[in-house]
Amino acid sequence: MINPQLIAPEILLAVSASLLLGFGVSKTTNRAPIVRIIAIAILLIYSVLSYVLGSIDDTAFNGALVGDAFGRYVKFFIGIAAAFGLLLAGNYLEREKLDQYEFSVLTLYAVLGMSIMVSANNLLALYIGVEMQALALYVMAAFNRDSLRASEAGLKYFVLGALSSGLLLYGISLIYGFTGSLNFTEIGAAVKANGLTRGIVTGLVFLLCGLGFKISAAPFHMWTPDVYEGAPTPVTGFFAAAPKFAAMALITRLVMGPFGEITDQWQQVIIVFAVMSMFIGAIGALRQTNIKRLMAYSSIANMGYALVPLAAGTIAGVKGMLIFMTIYIITVIGVFACILQMRIRDGMVERISDLSGLAKTNRGLTIALTVFMLSLMGIPPLLGFFGKLYAFLPAVDANLIWLVVLALVASVIGAFYYLRIIKIMWFDEADLEFIEPVPALRWTSMIAAILLIAIVIIPVVAGTGQAWIGDAAESLTAFAANTP
Amino acid sequence: MTIGLSHYLIVAAILFVIGVFGIFVNRKNVIIILMCIELILLAVNINFVAFSTHLGDMGGQIFALFVLTVAAAEAAVGLAILVVYFRNRGNIAVEDIDLMKG
Repeated sequence: MINPQLIAPEILLAVSASLLLGFGVSKTTNRAPIVRIIAIAILLIYSVLSYVLGSIDDTAFNGALVGDAFGRYVKFFIGIAAAFGLLLAGNYLEREKLDQYEFSVLTLYAVLGMSIMVSANNLLALYIGVEMQALALYVMAAFNRDSLRASEAGLKYFVLGALSSGLLLYGISLIYGFTGSLNFTEIGAAVKANGLTRGIVTGLVFLLCGLGFKISAAPFHMWTPDVYEGAPTPVTGFFAAAPKFAAMALITRLVMGPFGEITDQWQQVIIVFAVMSMFIGAIGALRQTNIKRLMAYSSIANMGYALVPLAAGTIAGVKGMLIFMTIYIITVIGVFACILQMRIRDGMVERISDLSGLAKTNRGLTIALTVFMLSLMGIPPLLGFFGKLYAFLPAVDANLIWLVVLALVASVIGAFYYLRIIKIMWFDEADLEFIEPVPALRWTSMIAAILLIAIVIIPVVAGTGQAWIGDAAESLTAFAANTP
Repeated sequence: MTIGLSHYLIVAAILFVIGVFGIFVNRKNVIIILMCIELILLAVNINFVAFSTHLGDMGGQIFALFVLTVAAAEAAVGLAILVVYFRNRGNIAVEDIDLMKG
């Protein structure tokens, strides 16, 4: 069973990325702008296509890949996030004289890897997907090859990423050896039939540690601040959104699918990740002066919050994770659209103090950033509040009240540095004046801010949005029911 | 004495631990880190092949071939990034990779 229609989105990406590579390399003139526009269009088509075709609940390539409601939901948002990443990158790359067509091609390959990760139903497909996106991302981190910082970021990302794939692989080899299969369905059946062995648990822990690197969950977060700071800003924005969602979806599929029967085994690992990430993210961010580093710690903390509902191990938990991650991605795209607007005549600035007095010079940007910061804090009328609400409720229902209390304490600590940015923007003396941004940046930040003002989209979230997410969450547990 | 599955697993585990320790203990040269990563991947390959023959299932051997392929790609990307870093910095000593402090 090959089921080509099920993997049509992936085929689209693979073919078009290769064609664009050939197109870009064939002429000496700079074809970066046109390649970028085509790539954005392809990513949008990919999103729609994976949403439309994903309704076939079946497996492809003898069970290596699976198409279900969960996969199509995540792929839809990955495609949108990557398209916005490219859109925001355009102006920056042109100004920094980095505008090469390889950037768009690498983005497409990274999205292809993420897509395979999300629909993986086999440990081999999982590994190939993870490596495919990681190899593209290593190069993107070092894309500014004349900058020492960017190449250092690329090198650090590469070394720690390669170590994490080593851990991942060791875990895969143990799981394979002790269950006798690479296929998720068969692994699930073997775990159910033979019960737990020490080998399976060890393998699962190694596997989760390897994936923990990819979502930058503490204690595997060491690379995040350095890579976020050193990499070119649009790359950082891309790193913070799409790959995180893909890796999170992969972890969810893994723990809810083949290991859905042994919740109490992986629950401890997820809880340790969640608690450490929340606190290291919240406390580490306190002394940062660079806004990209701050966003790195903020993303560590947010991954911790996203793991809280997962620890519950229920359908409601998966739903909470999806809602939280969706809102987080919208926020991150908006924040990076704002950070990319921090440009004075001499170039980009990225210290938090450079924002001082922004309210007097640039009202629109100030309001947008204020909305994002309040949403990240979780202030009620904004969507960030609902994200945290849906994330923490399943954990309460699963009697993990102490975990939710810790999450709330971390949120309060985190509120300090978000509030500090708001204070610097509104009440400090004006220092720098940013130059006029391109429309793409301004509109992206405005639209993201408007989306976060919950009143606008409550009807959508309450109706269709909830139904999508509900379907997505249930398709994962349908897996557990199907195992013999 | 016959060589059984557990012998292979023990050798693989020892290689894996040497690889992981090599990454953290080594303070001299990034090339050594790349070698340690290869060591980890090869340890995993021994695991896969040993399990594969033990279970009589081809999946593990196919996986080992994929790991070799990806390891080659990874080494290519890693060395390319290392060359870019060397051009900017002038050396590849691990203790000098500290422009940004985590």
